[in-house]
Amino acid sequence: MAVSSLAGIDESALVVQSREGDTTAFGELVRRYEGKIFRLGQHVTQNREDAEDVLQETFMKAYEHLDQFKGDSKFYTWIVRIAVNQALMKLRRRKTDRSVSLDETIDTGEDMVVREIAAWGEDPEQQLSREELGGILDTAIDSLEPLYRSVFVLRDIDELSTEETAEALGLSVPAVKSRLLRARLQLREKLTRFFKRKGDDAFAYM
Amino acid sequence: MLTCKDFLSELSDYLDETIDAELRAKLERHITECPNCWVIADTTRKTIQIYKGMEPYPIPPDVESRLMQALEKKMAAKHK
Repeated sequence: MAVSSLAGIDESALVVQSREGDTTAFGELVRRYEGKIFRLGQHVTQNREDAEDVLQETFMKAYEHLDQFKGDSKFYTWIVRIAVNQALMKLRRRKTDRSVSLDETIDTGEDMVVREIAAWGEDPEQQLSREELGGILDTAIDSLEPLYRSVFVLRDIDELSTEETAEALGLSVPAVKSRLLRARLQLREKLTRFFKRKGDDAFAYM
Repeated sequence: MLTCKDFLSELSDYLDETIDAELRAKLERHITECPNCWVIADTTRKTIQIYKGMEPYPIPPDVESRLMQALEKKMAAKHK
């Protein structure tokens, strides 16, 4: 699988070529999405070794079942679904005391409570180095529930649509929306600690 | 009258601009009158912006080479 000049080629053409046995074409698909799949695996499993397994298993399975990909969704949505399933299996294996599933959460509405309200400065992230910012952003995501994490990563970082996220995670559109809102509010809360304007005190609300 | 709770439950759609004009106008009126909700909307928007398009870190070379080896083996097996 040599690095090739396939960079500009349309995704569906690459899928067709891969299906016909063109390993270079499949290599290009891997190259396009491996970083995102690895990140998703890390965010869901929170374990480097598991994320590496997820990465490998995802592309192995994708290659194996390429003829099942109908092309009515994006290739990325299709492999994300494989990756999320693999990642959740790892999580379940690790947390044998409680099962983890994307569709199980008891929605009490309590996590929608906003605790801290403080205005942020303009472009607060500019004051941090890339590494510092990356660390803060990753830690904040990793402190969310697994199912909020995956919805947020797909929707707001990978910029999949609500419908694509729902398809990739096997969730309904309303479930994606309510999880996304909670994830966003919780992250807002966590980042406020770092980004609030100096001198602004937090006060209780609602 | 729209409450803060109503506002919060529409916040995602408001920020994603996937609501109709009538509801949008109501939400916008609410934030001009409610400084807390204005701050929440503004800081949530900034949260989303900061994360949006965050590039994944490059895959560590050892991970990459193990992936490629595994795939090459798999492909060779399939096309024997």
